[in-house]
Amino acid sequence: MELAEREKEFQEKIDKGQKIEAKEWMPENYRKQLIRMISQHAHSEIVGMLPEGNWITRAPSLRRKAVLLAKVQDEAGHGLYLYSAAETLGIDREKMIEQLITGKAKYSSIFNYPTLTWADIGAIGWLVDGAAIVNQTMLARGSYGPYSRAMVRICKEESFHNRQGYEIIYELANGTPEQKKMAQDSLNRWWGPSMQMLGPSDADSKNSAETMKWKIKVESNDTVRQRFIDRTVPQAIAAGLTIPDPDLKFNEETQHWEIGDIDWEEFYQVIKGYGPCNHKRMKARQDAEAEGAWVREAAAAHAEKKRNKKAHQAA
Amino acid sequence: MTKDEALFEFLLRTGDNGLVLAQRLGEWCGHAHQLESDIALTNVALDNIGQARMALTEAGKVEGKGRSEDDLAFHRTEMEFRNNLLLEQENGDFAQTITRQFLFDVFQFELLSGLKSSSNEFLQSFAIKSLKEVTYHRSLSSDWMVRLGDGTELSHDKMQNALNLLWQYTGELFEKTEADDILIADGVIPDLEKLKESWDDIVGQVIKEATLEIPDTKGFMATGSRRGEHTEFLGYILAEMQYLPRTMPEAKW
Ligand SMILES: [Fe+2]
Ligand SMILES: [Fe+2]
Repeated sequence: MELAEREKEFQEKIDKGQKIEAKEWMPENYRKQLIRMISQHAHSEIVGMLPEGNWITRAPSLRRKAVLLAKVQDEAGHGLYLYSAAETLGIDREKMIEQLITGKAKYSSIFNYPTLTWADIGAIGWLVDGAAIVNQTMLARGSYGPYSRAMVRICKEESFHNRQGYEIIYELANGTPEQKKMAQDSLNRWWGPSMQMLGPSDADSKNSAETMKWKIKVESNDTVRQRFIDRTVPQAIAAGLTIPDPDLKFNEETQHWEIGDIDWEEFYQVIKGYGPCNHKRMKARQDAEAEGAWVREAAAAHAEKKRNKKAHQAA
Repeated sequence: MTKDEALFEFLLRTGDNGLVLAQRLGEWCGHAHQLESDIALTNVALDNIGQARMALTEAGKVEGKGRSEDDLAFHRTEMEFRNNLLLEQENGDFAQTITRQFLFDVFQFELLSGLKSSSNEFLQSFAIKSLKEVTYHRSLSSDWMVRLGDGTELSHDKMQNALNLLWQYTGELFEKTEADDILIADGVIPDLEKLKESWDDIVGQVIKEATLEIPDTKGFMATGSRRGEHTEFLGYILAEMQYLPRTMPEAKW
């Protein structure tokens, strides 16, 4: 079959809403786009462990400590599923991690912001996991079977993450004046980055046209962002907090919350490496790889010894 | 010393062991050599924090002064903590973390096995629940002992160094105080001296399989935690762990 014909058939499958499985034929660019997206997503889960892990030893109650540990552990699990989903496309985890620590692969730029107070742990669960849920629920409807199934599985855990985050913020916002201030300050710092988190308008996104044609993404960044805003603004109001956007207003006609301009300059600057924690996050991943090398080598050496012993016994 | 005072002492020790270890393991989160180990270490931390919460909550009840798990965790000072010195030792590298874990897991497994037939109802159900968790911890840390001890030359040296450093903190696990004597006589806890025999046995077997050697400390064993005299590390652990509730004592979280 000619390439053009294959591509046409592939597109027809996509248009009919069929899922594509690992062993099926796919255009080279479909594979590349997926590897880029899934590995980037996996890296985000792993790098995302850092700002939250930062507060495990300082969580202010034992219950919160346990919940945070469980949450960060889930994120490691998400990283694992996603690396495996990417591996179905013919790239291995080692290679992806190398791309991460050499700066060739990206991760969600929001994890380049610092967790300065306990309230930031609330803000991450509420806003960052909240935005992630909306995005991942959309991605779960995407065309690539292994990715879409990983999203379904992950989304179930994300709602627990979102709830625990909102609970932290709500408790603070309704606590002592100092706590309330902590919550509001945190919202002030995280609101902008979480608006940027779902990506630039699709007109400005170079990958969107292709990923939407192949239904890797089934909705635009702006649509997903709007859904996130509509569910988050009432939550802020219910907690007694103020969204730091003077232009925010509810449009009675469309029944949507409308926001002011998003600071895309800041977004691109952070992506280019000039966020508050880019260096720290990358260094943490690089150090974990470098300092763990002897462990991985030893484990491999031991496995090899065991295999030899078995072979020897069998002979 | 009354029986309740003795029980309070033992529950604090058990709770503090879990808490301080979880605190140390929590420092690893996101920094392990591979994702699977990040998940495994967090699992162990979670189990330990769970055990700590149960033991501290019960300690508060036995004490009868209305102190909660959080009051006990966040509002006691260094000298009031009863965890064993072993658990507050630094993470160091993965060799040191795993060796600390292994030496404790074998102890905890033996202790819980004894507590299964405790005359105290709480300790009995605590032991049954926790034993499942600690069985997994013990097999995880034993596996790593062998893998790294009998891995490469480098990993072997790192493991031997870790053992050399940590061995001095193992004697204290079995130390008995007046509280222990009371509880042992009442069948509330097993005789710690007897636990030492099976601990020696199992630890010895794994160390041998790992091609490592039991260090000769010339009879020296560190001591002090039963009296609240810890190593320098504990103060920093508590400073970090307690700062927020202590800064805002009125606040709820
Ligand atoms: Fe996640
Ligand atoms: Fe999450």
